[in-house]
Amino acid sequence: MSWRLWLPLLAFAGFLGLAAYQLTQPKDEFVESGMIGQELPYFDLPPAIDGVEGAASVHFADGKPRLLNIWASWCLPCIAEAPQLESLKRQGADIVGIAIRDRPADVARFLAQNGNPYARIGRDDLSEVQLGIGSSGVPETFVIDGKGVIRYQHIGDIRAEDVPMLLEKLEEAR
Amino acid sequence: MIRAVIAALVLALSLPLAAQQNMPPAPYAYRQLDDPAQEAKAQELMETLRCLKCQSQSIADSDAPMAGDMRHQVRLRIAAGEEPEAIRAWLMQRYGDYVSYKPEVSATTWPLFAVPLLLALVAGALLLRRFRRRA
Repeated sequence: MSWRLWLPLLAFAGFLGLAAYQLTQPKDEFVESGMIGQELPYFDLPPAIDGVEGAASVHFADGKPRLLNIWASWCLPCIAEAPQLESLKRQGADIVGIAIRDRPADVARFLAQNGNPYARIGRDDLSEVQLGIGSSGVPETFVIDGKGVIRYQHIGDIRAEDVPMLLEKLEEAR
Repeated sequence: MIRAVIAALVLALSLPLAAQQNMPPAPYAYRQLDDPAQEAKAQELMETLRCLKCQSQSIADSDAPMAGDMRHQVRLRIAAGEEPEAIRAWLMQRYGDYVSYKPEVSATTWPLFAVPLLLALVAGALLLRRFRRRA
């Protein structure tokens, strides 16, 4: 019997091994934005509640790097993220919020319960800004440099250990 | 015990969903365009765009609020005269190949198209050899 008869079986075993290996790898469900390095697309959103200012793209190109936080009052991880945003604000970060598909009453209740770290909060009822900057969920946080260019995307809630990293990214974006 | 945990999980997961539904859907999330030709164009495109929240559905199939917002965008852009492929390109610039279901030959996908051709050629060659030998 020729040894070559075993080749197809060997190839099949190799395929099985590859499939088994891939099955054990953790599934990466994050969709990264392709807008890193691109200018922030134009937008001009009304305020999410009375008494705060709305958010517009023109506010970003004034030389100061900022955080753009995509969030919503109906989003549970956003509650977990609130203390970290507060700590970022205390350490000098300027945070602009975009409230996705949210009612003013719910936004006000959320801010009363969890604090308001935002310099401005825009109201995005149609996810227009979210789609424009390539964000696929809440919460997500983008670092925008002083020229209005998107520099970094953080997907998911900000954990305590992410705070120094984001401050560093802000410093780099200067 | 496990049942209680599952029940708590289901409850915790369904709460934000219920809250999301508090907002009315985007105007063109469920409303068709008035021009049937434009609506057909939009529909065809929406069936080949992936929902980002529910990653195994197209935005045409999904009731996720974000998919509704994407349908709204697609319909408005089609109504404004934008070409479907331009809208696809706009989304792919933001979300990568991931957002599109349309098969495309690229630097990463070419083996998917090349391997079956190669296998068919090999099979053809093997068969030819067999038949020749028998004859």
